[in-house]
Amino acid sequence: MILIGERINGLFRDVGRAIAERNPEPIHALAIAQARAGAHFLDVNTGPAVDDPEKVMGWLVRTAQEVVDTAISIDTMNVKALEAGLAAHRGRALINSTTGERAKLDTILPLAKEYGAQVIGLAMNEKGVPKDANDRTAIAMEIVAAADEYGIGPQDLFIDPLILPVAVAQEHAPEVLETLRQVRLLADPPPSTLVGLSNVSQKSKNRSLVNRTFLSMAMACGLDAAILDVTDQDLMDVVATANILLNREVYCDSYLEVARRAHAG
Amino acid sequence: MELLREKWTGKVREVTIGATHEHGGTRARSVTVGGETGLPFLHFEGETPNRPSIALEVWDIAPEEWPEVLREPYADVLSDPAAWARKCAGEYGADLVMLRLASCDPDRGNTGAAEAQAVVRSVLSAVDVPLIIIGCGDPDRDNEVMPAVGEAAAGENCLMGIAKQENYKSLVATCVVNGHNIIAQSPLDINIAKQLNILITEMGLAPDKIIIDPMSGALGYGIEYCYSIMERVRLGSLQGDKMLAMPVITFVGQEAWRAKEAREPDDAVPEWGPQRARGVAWELMTATTLLQAGADILVVRHPEAAKALREHIDELVTSGEGVA
Repeated sequence: MILIGERINGLFRDVGRAIAERNPEPIHALAIAQARAGAHFLDVNTGPAVDDPEKVMGWLVRTAQEVVDTAISIDTMNVKALEAGLAAHRGRALINSTTGERAKLDTILPLAKEYGAQVIGLAMNEKGVPKDANDRTAIAMEIVAAADEYGIGPQDLFIDPLILPVAVAQEHAPEVLETLRQVRLLADPPPSTLVGLSNVSQKSKNRSLVNRTFLSMAMACGLDAAILDVTDQDLMDVVATANILLNREVYCDSYLEVARRAHAG
Repeated sequence: MELLREKWTGKVREVTIGATHEHGGTRARSVTVGGETGLPFLHFEGETPNRPSIALEVWDIAPEEWPEVLREPYADVLSDPAAWARKCAGEYGADLVMLRLASCDPDRGNTGAAEAQAVVRSVLSAVDVPLIIIGCGDPDRDNEVMPAVGEAAAGENCLMGIAKQENYKSLVATCVVNGHNIIAQSPLDINIAKQLNILITEMGLAPDKIIIDPMSGALGYGIEYCYSIMERVRLGSLQGDKMLAMPVITFVGQEAWRAKEAREPDDAVPEWGPQRARGVAWELMTATTLLQAGADILVVRHPEAAKALREHIDELVTSGEGVA
């Protein structure tokens, strides 16, 4: 499982304040904590309420990478902010994200090529988020084909089937799980699959439980990556246990301690 | 025809046994095993940077239960472990000498820590190849003897055994303190193999100081099951399971010469042929099978089996030459 830490996001109050004050310390602390907890990427999002997203994104990427070597998932719909993040980034970034809209693909994919970045493609288009798995997969196929036109292979592509809050749009969860299965058949090798996990529990009670349950279901359907709270120990224990149950790792009595130790840096 | 190649992400750890002068020991050379990046001898898929090593077995007391055909090549040295070791390392060309402290067994010589230390010192000065040292197998006696032995061989970077899930702590401690490697034995159980490696590393011995003994049977005595366990150890290593990615040792001679087919004398079953050739063949066939399963160190007993095994390994490690 590729784990993408979600915490450096302006929507969180501590990060929002750090951005407003241009205080690097909270960003440093979150970057270190998430890298230690096992994050392979750190998602960085300025939040909606900043005046100058370009500058803020560049600052966040630079600030996070001052203390860790972890690659950044540059999370923005603003193309200028994305470019600023890519320019500031050391190593191989992950672009979060493009949709299946042609205009969007024709803007984002050349940037990915130019900067050698990997890309997340959201299974939605100008009509919004599809209701069922087949339509999601059809958009995923368009994204795979468009990426190929720009010389970006499926190994550098993550398809996000878009999980919606179960408290609001309950009917989407089974469709997302089915999409995860279908996307694996799209190409050989197939693109990776990814979910923004915490979205599933927005506005629900028992958020951590909802996250954990959905993650294990998604892993059983072949999920490759997730944007999640890597500092949630219970959630990380689910990842370790699912790896055992999916026969990806050999069971032993201390498997959990080993997984936790590996993540303790 | 195009070969379908498996791409592995992991590799077996490398473990070095024996310390030369520049590393604080007195060995003429060290032996490094492991480091494979593919299944055994599939040269087109991965590398075998270190050829499998052969150890010959030396006892500190004449092994009464060995059949005559096995005692014969050592007839002049059976009661002198230093001379026996010299013969193995010199005349018979062993990469490593494995000293079995059988005399400590309460039911055998009932010797103690002081005698064991003396034997270990004499063997260390008799040969300059790296040493494997194992206890008699009686847990209480080994816990008493092996720490003293570890101390007597301090700095020589020996391979010490045998740690088991029920009894590993004192051996691990002596390996940590005196700078030795350890044999971690599990009863044909991949889950316990991994668990024991974890328990050992939790005591502070580095993962690259551990050799797995998955336990093996002889040809005809469940070797297929041993093969499948060893294969899973290797597959785990190649898939990136760091707590399984250790080289493997197999006690080939111990198992093969326990088999009826190796023990029956010439006249017991005439159509089986003479015991000498039969016993050596049984040991050799057991060894070559376990080699294919992923053995990195093979402990054998008969020098002719060792010689034929060496030639076989020569062919296996060069069989990939010319294959792209």
